[in-house]
Amino acid sequence: MKKLINDPDDVVEEMLDGMVQTYPDRLRRLEDTQVVVRADGTPDGKVGIATGGGSGHEPTHAGYIGDGMLDGAAAGDVFSSPTADEFEALLDACDAGEGVLAVIKNYEGDVMNFETAIDLVEMEGVDVETVVVDDDVAVEDSLYTSGRRGVCGTILVHKAVGAKAAEGASLAEVQRVGQKVVDNVGTMGVALTSCVTPEKGEPTFDLGEDEIELGIGIHGEPGVENADMMAADDITDELTEAVLDDLDVEAGQEVLTIVNGMGGTPQMELFVVNRRLQELLGDRGIETYDAWVGDYMTSLDMEGCSITVCVVDDELTELFDAPADTPALSVQ
Amino acid sequence: MTGAGTAAVAAVERVATRLEAERDHLTELDSAIGDADHGGNMARGWRAAADAAADVEDPDAATVVKTTGKTVMAEVGGAAGPLYGGSLVFASAELDEGLTPESAVAFAETYLEKVQDRGDASVGDATMVDALVPAVHTFKKSIETDELPPVEALAKAVEAARRGVDFTVPIRASKGRASYLGWRSVGHQDPGATSTLFILEALLEVAQEHGDVTVADADATSPTIPDEDV
Repeated sequence: MKKLINDPDDVVEEMLDGMVQTYPDRLRRLEDTQVVVRADGTPDGKVGIATGGGSGHEPTHAGYIGDGMLDGAAAGDVFSSPTADEFEALLDACDAGEGVLAVIKNYEGDVMNFETAIDLVEMEGVDVETVVVDDDVAVEDSLYTSGRRGVCGTILVHKAVGAKAAEGASLAEVQRVGQKVVDNVGTMGVALTSCVTPEKGEPTFDLGEDEIELGIGIHGEPGVENADMMAADDITDELTEAVLDDLDVEAGQEVLTIVNGMGGTPQMELFVVNRRLQELLGDRGIETYDAWVGDYMTSLDMEGCSITVCVVDDELTELFDAPADTPALSVQ
Repeated sequence: MTGAGTAAVAAVERVATRLEAERDHLTELDSAIGDADHGGNMARGWRAAADAAADVEDPDAATVVKTTGKTVMAEVGGAAGPLYGGSLVFASAELDEGLTPESAVAFAETYLEKVQDRGDASVGDATMVDALVPAVHTFKKSIETDELPPVEALAKAVEAARRGVDFTVPIRASKGRASYLGWRSVGHQDPGATSTLFILEALLEVAQEHGDVTVADADATSPTIPDEDV
C-alpha cells in the first residue's frame, strides 16, 4: 500500500504538528501531550467543551475546535482511545471556571479513560458533565463497545453544545441540549472497502470486489450484514430505512441530515447518495431543514459513507444555525 | 528500617517482572477471546510503573502506589489503563496515613469499588472482578474476623483469587471485550482475572520476604503490601 507516511509510530504526532502549523491562529498543542486546544483558550465565562478519541477520523476531533464548537480535543493513537492522563490534561485546559462538558463517543476505552480523568479533575475542583453519544443504529454490541457506537451524530452534538455554551449557558443547560441531540439522532454506515491502518499497512478486513458491508462503524470493525454490491440508490434506501425506523420519524417532522464520507469516497458519490436520501424523505413527508454533505467523521481511507438523521425542533435548529468558526466547519 | 514505601517499590518491581514473564501467556489467553494486546500492554505499562516507582524519593506507600497507578494509567491505555491504574490512583489515598492492616483493607475495598464502578462488572461476568472480589473479601475477613497476620491474610486472598480465575473458564462473559463472543466465550480463562492473580501472587511473594518485619512490627510501617493488592 502506498501511503504518505514516514513511520507508522509517528503518524499521529506528525499529523498534530502539521495541523497546528496549518492553523497557528486557531489551534495550539498542549506540551508533551496529544491534546489540541484553542490558541486563545476557552473564553472567560464560557463552559468548556472537550472531546477526544482515537485518531484516523479526521477532521474529527481537533478540526472542530473554534468559536461555537469545541475548546479542545485529545487525540489517541489510530483507532485507540487517548489515555486518562491525556483526558485529564484536556479537561484542565478547557476549564475557564464555568466547568467543562465532555462529549464522549460510546466506546469502552473512551468512556473508561474519560471517566477516570473526570474523577481526577473533579478532585481538583473542576465541574464536569458528560454526554455519551451512541447514534449508530446498526449494532448493539461491537468489537469496540457494549451498547451502540458513537459515530457521525457526534458532530451535531459538538455543534449544539458549542452553540449553547457560546450563549453563556450553564453547564447543566449545555449538557441538556447535548443529550437532546443524542436522543434524537441516528446513523448507519456502509463500507465499500476496508480501511488500511498505518500500523498494519493492509486492509483490516476482507471485502470482495462485489461485496459491501452494511452497518460498519468507523474502525473497520465488522458490520451487521455482508451484502452484494448494489446501486447507490438501493444502498441509500437500506441505510435510510434503518435510521428512520430506529428514530421512529413520522411525516411532518423536520430533520437535519448528514451524508458523511468515510475518507475514500469522492464527493461526487456523496451527492448522488444525498439526492436519493432527500427523495426518500420527501416521499415519506419528512421535511429536511438542512442537509450536510462531506467528510465529517472518517475512517482513514475507507470507501463508503454513513447517513445521519437528526429530528429537530426550534431549539435545535437555532443551535445548528448559530455561528461556528472552526477549521472543518463554518456556519455564518 | 524496611519501610512500607521501600517494600512497595519492591512489590511493583516484582509485579512488572512477573507480568513480563507472563506476557506471552496473557497474549495467548487474550487472543482466544479479545484482541491479543493484554500481555504486551500490561508488561509494558508495569515495567514503566516499576521504573517510575523506583525513582520516587523517600518513598512512602501512598506515593509509590499513586505513582504506579498514574504510570499504568498513562502507559497501558485502553480499558485496562483506567481499571488497573486509575483505580490505584484513587485507592492510594487510603494509605495517606500509612500502611496498616486496617488501611490495607480500606485500600483493597476502594480499589475494588473503583474497578466495579468503572467496568460496571459483577461477579460472574468473567472479568478481573471474578478474581478481585473473592480476594478482597477474603483479605478483609481474614484481617477483621479471623485476625490473621497480614501476610497470611494475603496468602488466603491469593488462594481465593485463584479459585476466581478458575471460575471464569466455564462461564459466559457478559462484560468486557470477551462478551462480544457471547456463548463462544465459554471455556476460556479470562485474561484480566489471570493478570490480576499474577499481580497478587507477586505481592504475596514480596510480602512473605518481608514477613518477619510484618509480624514483629504491625504498625504504620508494616510492609504488608496487600496495599497494591491488585
